[in-house]
Amino acid sequence: MNLRDRLTKKNIIVGIISIFLIAFAIIQIYPLIWLLMFSLKDNAQIYGGNVMGLPTKFMWSNYKNALTSGNVWVYTVNSALVTAVTIVVSGIIGVMASYAIARMKWKLSNITLTIFLLGIMIPIHSALLPLFIILNKTKLINTPLALIIPYIAYALPMCIFVCVGFLRSIPKEMEESAFLDGCSIYRAFVSIILPLIKPAVATVSIFTYLQAWNELMFATTFIDDAKYKTLPVGIMSMSGQYSTEWGPIGAGLVIATIPTIIIYVLMSNQVQASLTNGAVKG
Amino acid sequence: MDKVLRDKKAICVFVLPAFLFFFAMVIIPIFMSGYYSLLDWNGMSKGIFVGLRNYIDLFTSYNNEFAKSLGNSLILAGLSVFIQLPISLTLALILARGIKGEKFYRTVYFIPVIISTVVIGQLWSKVYHYEYGIVNMFLRNFGLENLVRDWLGDKGTALICVFIVIVWQYIGYHMLLMYSSAKSIPEDLYEAAKIDGASELTTAFKITIPLMKPILNVCVTYAIVGSLKTFDLIWVLTGGGPLKSTEVPSTLMYNTIFFKNQFGYGSAMALFIVIECLVLTVVVQKIFKSESYL
Repeated sequence: MNLRDRLTKKNIIVGIISIFLIAFAIIQIYPLIWLLMFSLKDNAQIYGGNVMGLPTKFMWSNYKNALTSGNVWVYTVNSALVTAVTIVVSGIIGVMASYAIARMKWKLSNITLTIFLLGIMIPIHSALLPLFIILNKTKLINTPLALIIPYIAYALPMCIFVCVGFLRSIPKEMEESAFLDGCSIYRAFVSIILPLIKPAVATVSIFTYLQAWNELMFATTFIDDAKYKTLPVGIMSMSGQYSTEWGPIGAGLVIATIPTIIIYVLMSNQVQASLTNGAVKG
Repeated sequence: MDKVLRDKKAICVFVLPAFLFFFAMVIIPIFMSGYYSLLDWNGMSKGIFVGLRNYIDLFTSYNNEFAKSLGNSLILAGLSVFIQLPISLTLALILARGIKGEKFYRTVYFIPVIISTVVIGQLWSKVYHYEYGIVNMFLRNFGLENLVRDWLGDKGTALICVFIVIVWQYIGYHMLLMYSSAKSIPEDLYEAAKIDGASELTTAFKITIPLMKPILNVCVTYAIVGSLKTFDLIWVLTGGGPLKSTEVPSTLMYNTIFFKNQFGYGSAMALFIVIECLVLTVVVQKIFKSESYL
């Protein structure tokens, strides 16, 4: 085979591979583009044979309808509140626990870590009914706390896993000299550890965001009141309300997805890392 | 200095908040579920202790619904391992060898992973819609009218249609895990293989894939465990119907507890799912350890 034959053969292979990759890119992304398109159409366009193509007239009113009469604005605010509180509280107490586990000297530190890490493996199914009963008894059911408290608890294992790993990888000398100068452990934690651990916290926060923003099983069980519904549950009830109108449902779905997409566009590498580092290191 | 790091009070201050949350919301509920699973209880009256009867009922009840739901989740596990993972692996191997647009493809394939399952579910219920869904539009345009059907409403097709969505959503996730692993293989190994005249395909099978064994282990475990506890997409797309044809253990558990008020029986299902996931994790580990050639 001469060089020219080999080059064309290579080109053909590269061509086939590229077609394969592009085909998969279309399969993975086309349904979402289709969603974006029908979110901008009215029923006349969808039922009139133009369900696949570009919208002929952009129906921004679908978005207004979804946000107001479809309640999506309320659901978005609820989701934002629940997610933000979960990220902040689980981040703070998770980093604190990680510090004690990774740096301080006590007999039970390893077993404590093991217990927290087991939490990564345990399906939330086992807690659904007991939590429902506990939340009912404590009158927390149907309030935002019914989601925030369990979400914080279930965010902790991954937070501790990542932060302990991170803390173990940074040298101890920095705190040691501070202690010799008479610095208290709390001061060392706040002024030395917290600034250092930011990258790990960023990774964990993205992970916690995705979990809390998208969670369905707890949200559908613990919240019944439309006032407190988060997006996943709210959108399910909205689709019942608008079962014959695709436009506003599509708009609601797009609105629920926009924050995630913005985060992904701004930091796709960190998002990918936050979802995979548990697996790669573990 | 050691004294500072052994300060019991400080340790408590640091660990207790997280531990209390975790203990109250994760640990205690498991034991509560374990206890409930031994009761005949409707949530209202006082539960009656029945020992392991609920667990026996899982497999001996007259309609066999739990065994069927378990079978469905195992079909999903099979599809994930034998269809989804090979697709992910192929994509990962191609991208890891460096191709134009590597980052673009990686970014696009991963998008469905981060989107809420409710959004994905609602979207696909439109894709499968009888009148205006993409699938039926496509079939009508190509003159395949006889294949047009109500994909999610038909007992024969609902299960596979739901599973296709689950498999579709997580292709990018496994692809990325495998990609990171393949990328971390030192370039010299590829150079050496090239010098020895190995083709790209041989290199993939003899060098890359064997070195990716740890991550393949993780992927197989995730694919199986994820299938066994799958809930969201089925809940959104079919709720377990039509006629229970898409029921999996977790949707059946939900229906049993919250619609039939069989708290004890439903808790036995919950515990079964937990134990099943832990056991299969161990089994997969063992298989990967024994298959030394893989």
